[in-house]
Amino acid sequence: MKIALPVDEGKNETGICISFGRAPYFMFYDTETKDSSFLLNSAAESQGGAGIKAAQLLADNKVDVLLTPRCGQNAAEVLQSSNIKIFKTIGASVRENIQDFSAGKLAKLSEIHAGFHNHGGR
Amino acid sequence: MHIAVLSGKGGTGKTFVSVNLAAAAPKAVYIDCDVEEPNGYLFFKPVNVKEEKIIVKLPVVDSKLCTGCRKCVDFCAFNALAYIGSKVKIFDEVCHSCGGCKLVCPEKAITEKDKIIGSVQCGQSKNVGVNTGILNAGETSGIPIIKKLLKDIKNAEHQLNIIDCPPGSACIVMESIKDADYCILVAEPTIFGLHNLKMVYELVQLFSKPCGVVLNKCSKGKNPAEEFCIKENIEILCKIPFTKMLGIENSNAHIIVRKNAKYNELFTSLLDKVCKGGQHEAVTGT
Repeated sequence: MKIALPVDEGKNETGICISFGRAPYFMFYDTETKDSSFLLNSAAESQGGAGIKAAQLLADNKVDVLLTPRCGQNAAEVLQSSNIKIFKTIGASVRENIQDFSAGKLAKLSEIHAGFHNHGGR
Repeated sequence: MHIAVLSGKGGTGKTFVSVNLAAAAPKAVYIDCDVEEPNGYLFFKPVNVKEEKIIVKLPVVDSKLCTGCRKCVDFCAFNALAYIGSKVKIFDEVCHSCGGCKLVCPEKAITEKDKIIGSVQCGQSKNVGVNTGILNAGETSGIPIIKKLLKDIKNAEHQLNIIDCPPGSACIVMESIKDADYCILVAEPTIFGLHNLKMVYELVQLFSKPCGVVLNKCSKGKNPAEEFCIKENIEILCKIPFTKMLGIENSNAHIIVRKNAKYNELFTSLLDKVCKGGQHEAVTGT
């Protein structure tokens, strides 16, 4: 299973990014091989629709599960159409969230926000 | 001549200044570009109102013709399209109606449909033509409506056009002041008011527009907006006092210059200053 997480930096010591669509990087973690890799989020600099493009990136990279603190409506629509399941992270630690997810301790993300669309996180 | 009236925040008195400025002129057109909450018409109560619907184009994909090349998805600067499960998905509210996806599609799989997003209403109130832009509730961008309002006055340089802008300093305000010959910045005597005045002042400078400030709601005590104008050498066009009478008249949607000689004089002289300022800049600014 391939897990994706929005992260602040492209290295193993990174923390989880508060934004999904505009996260600088995505971290991919393979539950079988235990390998992790990073992808520069090309959607982060978009004028608009960053969530849509970021979700497209995850779909193109054949991600099965997304662990994220929050997710907007448009991104969620793309993710759901791609059968990517969304779980809500607890705290900023990548390692703990992957462990918690594997132990079945993370809940599905139920609050899908309407998007911040040019209102900078209001 | 196009005069834009703007402020960094709502409630400073843009509509109050625009409406009275237009009404104080022998003849003028008042253009309400605050399309999300147009309210100038409440004061003018225009008659012979004609309405025109504003339509934008949205893409529609024929999935039978689509080969999944993704040229449309890659082209869209606003990411309004995604390619999911072998299908193009379109996010209507993200689309800016540029028509680019239709142009780049090699299979001609994209056509366009019409969507009504609002309207423009034009009427008359004594000496003032009243043009109001109205964005339908739930729509994301009023820019196409503002474009239509300003297109209608584009070649009407000979008449006096007063543009009542939306609050803030975002894209929608830039669109509203683009063709202006002069910008009036309305400011409140508060620290918050000053913060927002700075933002719009920066914006009009970016557009190299001649400008001046109307200090509204002036009362006793410090006026941070006035101190800023003096420090930055920005012309203070006039000061309007904070009075109960103005508050009541405004709340009852009365146009003060049509009732009160003192205010008629204040706005006539404001208009005079602005017209001279705009022309002066037009001559020396080249």
